[in-house]
Formats: sequence, C-alpha cells, structure tokens
Amino acid sequence: MAVLLLAEVSGGALALDATAKAVTAGKALGDVTVLVAGPSAAGDEAAKIDGVSKVLVADDALYANGLAEPVSDLIVSLAGDYEHIIAPSTASAKNILPRVAALLDVMVLSDVTAIVDGATFERPIYAGNAIQTVKSSDAKKVLTVRTSTFDAAGEGGSAAVDTVAAAADPALSSHVEDKVAASDRPELTSAGIIVSGGRGLGSEENFALIEGLADKLNAAVGASRAAVDSGYAPNDLQVGQTGKVVAPDLYIAVGISGAIQHLAGMKDSKIIVAINKDEEAPIFQVADYGLVADLFDAIPELTEKL
Amino acid sequence: MKVLVPVKRVIDYNVKVRVKADGSGVDLANVKMSMNPFDEIAVEEAIRLKEAGKADEIVVVSVGVKQAQETLRTALAMGADRAILVVAADDVHQDIEPLAVAKILKGVIDAEDAGLVIAGKQAIDNDMNATGQMLAALTGWGQATFASEVEIDGDAAKVTREVDGGLQTISVKLPAIITADLRLNEPRYASLPNIMKAKKKPLEEKTAADYGVDTTPRLEVVKTTEPASRTAGEMVESVDALIAKLKEKGAI
Ligand SMILES: Cc1cc2nc3c(=O)[nH]c(=O)nc-3n(C[C@H](O)[C@H](O)[C@H](O)COP(=O)(O)OP(=O)(O)OC[C@H]3O[C@@H](n4cnc5c(N)ncnc54)[C@H](O)[C@@H]3O)c2cc1C
Ligand SMILES: Nc1ncnc2c1ncn2[C@@H]1O[C@H](COP(=O)(O)O)[C@@H](O)[C@H]1O
Repeated sequence: MAVLLLAEVSGGALALDATAKAVTAGKALGDVTVLVAGPSAAGDEAAKIDGVSKVLVADDALYANGLAEPVSDLIVSLAGDYEHIIAPSTASAKNILPRVAALLDVMVLSDVTAIVDGATFERPIYAGNAIQTVKSSDAKKVLTVRTSTFDAAGEGGSAAVDTVAAAADPALSSHVEDKVAASDRPELTSAGIIVSGGRGLGSEENFALIEGLADKLNAAVGASRAAVDSGYAPNDLQVGQTGKVVAPDLYIAVGISGAIQHLAGMKDSKIIVAINKDEEAPIFQVADYGLVADLFDAIPELTEKL
Repeated sequence: MKVLVPVKRVIDYNVKVRVKADGSGVDLANVKMSMNPFDEIAVEEAIRLKEAGKADEIVVVSVGVKQAQETLRTALAMGADRAILVVAADDVHQDIEPLAVAKILKGVIDAEDAGLVIAGKQAIDNDMNATGQMLAALTGWGQATFASEVEIDGDAAKVTREVDGGLQTISVKLPAIITADLRLNEPRYASLPNIMKAKKKPLEEKTAADYGVDTTPRLEVVKTTEPASRTAGEMVESVDALIAKLKEKGAI
C-alpha cells in the first residue's frame, strides 16, 4: 500500500523534524513517497530520511509560499497512485490537507495520535479531554499526524529523487508578505526544554524574564493564549488546543493558570514544573513539581542559580 | 456583498467534558451549550464589515439539531440579519462531519449567491479544523485560513494569517472562504434590546435533503476513551529544592 507524504517546507528549506516525524507515522501505513513542493535541495534532504522509498520534487515558483490552492491541486494530480495521503499537523498542512480531502470527496482526519491499522486511527477531541478511535470507510485516507506523539525517523536513507511537473495555476490567491520572527532559540515543537509564560508576567517587558530563563537552559519559549492576546509574546509561541502541541522532556509553566485549552497543548510533556503564586491554580494538578511563589522573585533566582 | 457565517453549537468551552462510561462518546445531556468561540469571532468580523459598508447582508447558518436555533438567535442578537437552520440530526450526540457540512454550505452559497464566507478556524468539540478548507475546495474558491486581520480591497481580500513561524499575509480573490483565528477581533456581547429584536429576525428551517446532501458519516466512531491522566506530583518549598529535584531527575 502506498503513502504520499507532504513534506513540510518552511523558508525554502525542508523542516526536517516535522517531516521525519510524519515519516514514522507513514511507515506504519505502507511504502512512503515524500512530495516536496519546493526547491530540489529540500528534496535531497528528504531523500536521506530513513524509510523514505522515493521523493517527488515539484520545484516551481507556484509553490514557493505554500499557498493552499496550488499545492492541493498538485497533490490531487498525484493522488491516484496512493491510498494514504499524510502530512505532519503543521499550520501549513492543516490549511492544505482538508482541501485535498474535499477535492477527493473523502473526510480528513486531523491530528492523528495513533495508527491502529490502515483505516483506523486515534485522535483527540474536546481539547484532548477524550480520545476517539475512528474507522474510515473512504477509499483514500487523508490525515495529518501530531508531531508530538511520533518520534522522528532517523537519517541514512538514500531514496531516488524524481521531479514532477507543476499543476496548472488556479490563480485564486497570491502571497503578499511573511512576518517571520527570527530567533536563535530552539524551535518550540522540537525542543527538549520549554519555558512558557502566561498572563502572570504582566507585560511584554517582563516577558524577558521567560526568555532569560530559556536562554540559560537552551530552551524554547512558549506562551499561553492570554500572554499572546495581551501582546507579551508573538502568536507562533501559543501552546494549546488551538496553538502548538508540544511534548518536551521538561515544560516549565510560569504564571499560567492551567486552563484546559492550555493543558491540551502540553500535558504530554515528560516533566512539568509549575511556578504560580496561587496554590489553587489548576496547573498544579498536572505538575510533577510545583512551586508556589511570586514569579518576580522565583524566576530571577532560578535563572541565576542554574 | 452578502456574507455567510456558519456557526456551530458546541459544548461551552468552560465545561469539563466527561466521557461516557460505555465508551460510546462524550456526555452532552444537560450540559451548557454555546456558540463555538471561533464562530463568535467570525460573526463579529462580518458585522464589522457591514458597519464599514463592505457587506450588505449577513446570513448565519447552522447545521445540526433543532436546538441550534439558540445559537443562531445569539448570532442574530449580535447583529446578523438572517438565519438558516439546516436540520440534519435529531440526537445531540450526532455530529455532522465537516465534509457533509461543507456540502450543505455549498448548497446554501449557491442558493444565496454569497460573495464571502467567514467561518471559524476550528470547532472546539471535534477539533477538526477542516470545514472552511473543504468548502473552499467544493466551491472552487480561494481560501484564507487562520485569519488575524482582514481587509476587503475591491474584488480581493488581504488577509493576515497566523502560521507556525509568525504571520503570513496573502491576497485572495473574492468570492472566498476566510476562517477566523483567535486574534481577529474581540466579539461583542449582545445587548438585551438586541436579544429581543433578534427574536423577530427571520430564521428559516431547511433539511440536508433540501440541498441533496447525504450526511452519512465517512468515519465510524469505534470508541471514545479518557486520555491517560496525569496526577499531581509534589510541591517544593524553594527554588533550591526545585533545582535539586530537576538535577536528580536529570532534567537539567
Ligand atoms: C476557543 C478557545 C481556544 C483557546 N486556545 C488556547 C490555547 O491554545 N492556549 C492557551 O494557553 N489558552 C487557550 N485559550 C484560553 C484559555 O481558556 C485561558 O484563558 C488561558 O490559557 C489563560 O492564560 P493564562 O494562564 O496565562 O492566564 P490566567 O488564567 O489569567 O492565569 C494567570 C496566572 O498567573 C498567576 N500569576 C499572576 N501573577 C503572578 C506572579 N507575580 N507570580 C506567579 N504567578 C502569578 C495567577 O495566579 C494565574 O494562575 C483558549 C480559549 C478559547 C475560548
Ligand atoms: N455543524 C455546523 N454548522 C455550522 N457551521 C459549522 C458546523 N460545523 C463546522 N462549522 C463551521 O466550520 C468551522 C470549523 O469547524 P471544524 O472543521 O469542524 O473544526 C466552525 O468554526 C464553523 O464555522
């Protein structure tokens, strides 16, 4: 059975971690062909992922910004040969794969966390408060997989790389600009340690305390929705039901109350530390280590002593 | 331009969800239901477009059980003009899949000749994040998902989208489908006089069959279970104690 896997391409390069995690899921379904709608260098990178049988590269300006309409048409033009079409659950793939599924008249399965068999999958619903096992009756299965629950496939592959022609330009949308926050810190979805800040920080200036601690630990920075809505942190740092889902070895939640929507994005972390001045804060119910303290005392002390 | 806003009736976001003991689903009997929070944002955006003179009429649509009437009344009280309820289920536990919802919405678009759809990014019950994209596929329109800023500019919409690395701005030709993210706006509350007025606004009732759509699910729910639970660990007294624990665990 054949699997077509849409590689994650960002900023013109292969997003290796997200792609390699999806490859692990893909291997459980069949023979994996990776589609790179992007530069051929990204295709060469994808060919090195262990377990990839073949790479198809569509290197065309049409795909440079990952617009949903042209990428979906490209996938549909190739879909005939595959029973599964999968991608990592990134913002980009969540934009594209449901469109692909509807063009193929099949349902999409978003955020799959476990593969039971070729037609049966587990996925969280209600902000992760329930896990549903669903069996698809569609001829083709289109799914995005949660990167936080699959380990990345290793390197060492040497798949053949073929080029594929671009599909016609649907000319429905065009790219204007990207505002990408450049950062030297590890990426949120692949970091081993994450320090996350919430409304308790009180201001954008104070949020620097979170960054200082993160830098000391070589950690990624995360945020609650309240911190993002208040402008303390950019949108791409939001962890939760409708933000990023993470599962690092260590998650340090600072000034975050622990609403279910936030827990949905981090409760699979290996070790959770909560620092909050309110001993009743729900975050303590999921924390391995809780410290009731004023963050403005605790964080500078912690940063200094590490 | 006529703007269509699909609104879903879902469990209120503050309710603690309980999985039924027999694994057949989540208990929705006697729990508080509300409009999907993202759909409130979508309705608000449509109202702002109308206030800015960029839209003439706002039609809200809900697909599901009869009780979704309440959700539509809420949208009308916020400021939508007209509502369409597409009854497609009798049991509150029966969720209509995004593909079927999208097919019904396509039928509504054709009948209404809508020029823009603003949906929510995601329904907080099934967490699918799919309906808007599917509707865009079925209509053959462009899509601008996860919007945090929308500007209608002649026959196109300039939309800033929340993406993994930050923000992306695209321009999408109208008609188009936009899906609303959390930071698009802050939805207004309906005032009491507006709630009274909403009772008199038109609410039309249809069925899935009126649009020739078969809503038979493609995904059979085999079972619904509780997630692995986490238990509270220990409280530490000081920063030093915390550091000691984390070192002991090899976490730092
Ligand atoms: C549709 C929808 C989707 C959502 N999606 C998400 C999501 O993806 N991610 C997300 O995070 N939220 C999400 N939310 C929001 C969520 O419900 C909460 O509102 C949010 O997580 C609260 O953020 P917070 O914990 O930072 O703020 P609060 O709940 O206000 O908590 C602040 C905490 O800081 C503590 N504090 C204050 N001062 C100090 C101090 N000096 N020292 C120590 N502690 C202090 C307080 O005791 C409190 O516990 C969503 C909500 C909705 C409706
Ligand atoms: N049954 C429904 N009735 C009306 N609108 C819906 C329905 N289901 C989904 N939608 C719309 O589609 C959006 C995304 O839902 P979903 O794809 O289920 O996550 C929602 O925010 C609504 O705007």
